[in-house]
Amino acid sequence: MLPRLIKRQSPSKAMVYLSPILALLLTLLASIVLFLIMGVSPSGALHAFFVEPISSIYGLTELMVKATPLILIGVALSLGFRAGVWNIGAEGQLILGGLFGGATALFFYEKTGFYIIPLILIMGALGGIIWAGIVAFLKTRFNANEILTSLMLSYVAALLLNLLIHGPLKDPDGFNFPESRLFSDSALLPILYDGTRLHLGAVIALFFVGIGWILLSRTLLGYQIKVMGDAPAAGEHAGFSHSKIIWTTLLISGGAAGLAGAIEVSGPIGQLLPNISPGYGFAAIIVAYVGRLHPLGVLFAALLLALSYLGGETAQMKLNLPVAVTGVFQGLLLFFLLACDVLIQYKIRTSKKSESTIAPAVKSSIKSTSEVK
Amino acid sequence: MAQPSEYLLELTGMRKAFPGVLATDNVDLKIRPGEVHALLGENGAGKSTLVKMIYGILKPDAGEIKFDGKAVNIKAPAHARELGIAMVFQHFSLFDSLTVVENISLGMDHASSMRELAEQITEVSQRYGLPLDPNRHVYTLSVGERQRIEIIRCLLQEPKLLIMDEPTSVLTPQEVKKLFVTLRRLGEEGLAILYISHKLDEIKALCHDATILRLGKKVATVSVDKESTGSLAAMMMGEEMQAFKHPKKPTLGDIRLKAKNLNVVAADPLGISLKDINLLVHSGEVVGIAGVAGNGQDELLTALNGERLSESGSVIIEGEHIGHLGPNKRRLMGMASVPEKRLGHGAMPDMSLVDNAFLTSYERLHFISHGLIDYGKTEDYANKVIKDFSVKTPNADVPAASLSGGNLQKFIMGREFDQNPNILIVAQPTWGVDAGAAQTIREAIRKMASKGAAVLVISQDLDELMEISDRMGAICGGVLSKFYPISEITIEKMGLLMAGVSLDDMHDDVINGSEVNHNAS
Repeated sequence: MLPRLIKRQSPSKAMVYLSPILALLLTLLASIVLFLIMGVSPSGALHAFFVEPISSIYGLTELMVKATPLILIGVALSLGFRAGVWNIGAEGQLILGGLFGGATALFFYEKTGFYIIPLILIMGALGGIIWAGIVAFLKTRFNANEILTSLMLSYVAALLLNLLIHGPLKDPDGFNFPESRLFSDSALLPILYDGTRLHLGAVIALFFVGIGWILLSRTLLGYQIKVMGDAPAAGEHAGFSHSKIIWTTLLISGGAAGLAGAIEVSGPIGQLLPNISPGYGFAAIIVAYVGRLHPLGVLFAALLLALSYLGGETAQMKLNLPVAVTGVFQGLLLFFLLACDVLIQYKIRTSKKSESTIAPAVKSSIKSTSEVK
Repeated sequence: MAQPSEYLLELTGMRKAFPGVLATDNVDLKIRPGEVHALLGENGAGKSTLVKMIYGILKPDAGEIKFDGKAVNIKAPAHARELGIAMVFQHFSLFDSLTVVENISLGMDHASSMRELAEQITEVSQRYGLPLDPNRHVYTLSVGERQRIEIIRCLLQEPKLLIMDEPTSVLTPQEVKKLFVTLRRLGEEGLAILYISHKLDEIKALCHDATILRLGKKVATVSVDKESTGSLAAMMMGEEMQAFKHPKKPTLGDIRLKAKNLNVVAADPLGISLKDINLLVHSGEVVGIAGVAGNGQDELLTALNGERLSESGSVIIEGEHIGHLGPNKRRLMGMASVPEKRLGHGAMPDMSLVDNAFLTSYERLHFISHGLIDYGKTEDYANKVIKDFSVKTPNADVPAASLSGGNLQKFIMGREFDQNPNILIVAQPTWGVDAGAAQTIREAIRKMASKGAAVLVISQDLDELMEISDRMGAICGGVLSKFYPISEITIEKMGLLMAGVSLDDMHDDVINGSEVNHNAS
């Protein structure tokens, strides 16, 4: 008898937390198969991927460097996803933030002042807010699907960055390479631990986890976000404004992504390049879901995804694996997570005698007709 | 070998229970070939449950179904279709972006080529006066045309019995006329039609016999020609209610809630617009608004509680113009409301009872201090509501969706009642609630009024309104009737009001004429 899915009486709380772990195990299994197909020793590959990158202090600090933008964006996206606002374009908002922050840094080239770094961060957040604001406007004014608009604006953002780097922001002494000047020291984030790249952004990210947690669990805004995500009509019954929640969550996630972009360019990168993000904005979507849309969960999920970036680099150097292995790992993780999440609402039965003999199509017709009633 | 029977379909002793409700109890029904048979009853009378058993969606707990003289055990809709039973649902299942013929081919049990199917569709549509171009896309079609797709889809399977679930609720009067022409022709050709409705005039115009259900039980099977609209209404709603002892005349206080020429345009094209609503509710009285579902009840509730805004002077609380103010401002002025839909409108299904207690009470009861939610106080309040209204739940941390309908309704009612509102608006207070809980809720509503609140109850349950209201009116097509003291109200009058007929335009003998007619027959 084939195993079949039976709907649970109520969602399983345990599966909510077990699902990401199960998904990670399945991802590892699938990676092993993948490595075997590619003719690489699985144990060596897994070691290179997951152990080697974090077996030194430097490796651990690098992990945090990679995790920083993922945490910032992941926490903010969680808020939106909880409210049912699907901002898929954090990558574009990150790029705009990098662009705004980077342009600010270049504007203050060779100047000094304590105000420069805060200004870069504020401008970065502003860039992301403007980019996400377009999405919010289109959504609330024309009911345009935010998944499409935010995603498409990401490509616009990437092209805009390229355009400006090939034009006004290009390094005048850079032999026509599409890169900006290196920022002056006053525009670089302070390093927390000498000899590493661990910078102030990590502290901001951890602070953000705390803020996000309080906001979601203890404030009226967090409550409104949860209500809108669960039952928009109940939100309207209570007098909450749906469009206010759309604006707020989109601007928060845009601002956070923009801040992450500014932190990237004024932290580990130190200049504007055509590519300032290896897809942090997209990976943060996976982070948010693996972290169960909870700020604390996001912190751990961000570290896991950061490890996949580091591991991908190590595997590339040590085992000559293609760079795509990072993307494949991230994709597999999301894929398995979504599959495992089915088990939150359903359980697997293999026995012949099932509780429900009604076919799924009929079930849905019962549901639709009982709604009519 | 079964005896050949004059009946196409015979149901005996059909019974189906759901947790907490007996949806149908010992129901019999017989339909001859070629007969248009009405299944009549109020919402919740068990009509849908009964036809779902005939169509194989629900399994009866007890009872026998005979089709074509043979006892059958209908396991699934596909099985029902095989036997020759087809059903047109109230809500269509069509893909907007596909053409008519593509949609129909998706629903066919036996595949045939698109071209053949298109020809069949054209043929059937011409034969029965159901004009329809098989190659049009569904999104370009009107609601009436979409229904034709569903009907043709059924007819292509050459059924012997066609079940139609409230087919006219989405049609314009003109479309209804056309549909009836088609249905009569189908009847003449020998197709039996089971026509579900609570619209009495339609049944008078179309059906031969009618089986009336009430609270899950069969009241009678009658010949429609021999009955009047009034007598059918009386059977549908129950005659015993006329004997009901009306509440004592209330001691009326000031006008608490007033609607003055309230107009609200429907948000979506199929919605109902409110037209010139005028309404007064005094302190200490319960005012009831009856009406058939979908005649503007939801729109009225949301316009009064602030979910839909209107001109500032069109809703007035204690003399203040508040039509332009949202729900929270109105709550702070002492208004509380309970919407008809519990899960998703009155409560968030996946959130805890504590969170649900917070939803409408946080401003009046000050659950936010220094910008943070005081969950301790909120939980205390949730537990108070649970205790005061004896809500059956393990604790206040379970999600709202885990409560039964009656318990959740008690919780939502309690959440509003325990805030001691001056004005209370309740829609369908006991919908789907078991008898015990319903009694608790009705008593609580009366108690609110006797404590001085102005109470407005919008309900489809006439019995209930007659039991708890001091004055009554009805809403039909977004227009509110005049209100009458409960002592002047009869079922016939309510039936007319619910159909949108003004009692002022009629002579007494017309109003009571149906009664005479009934006695004469």
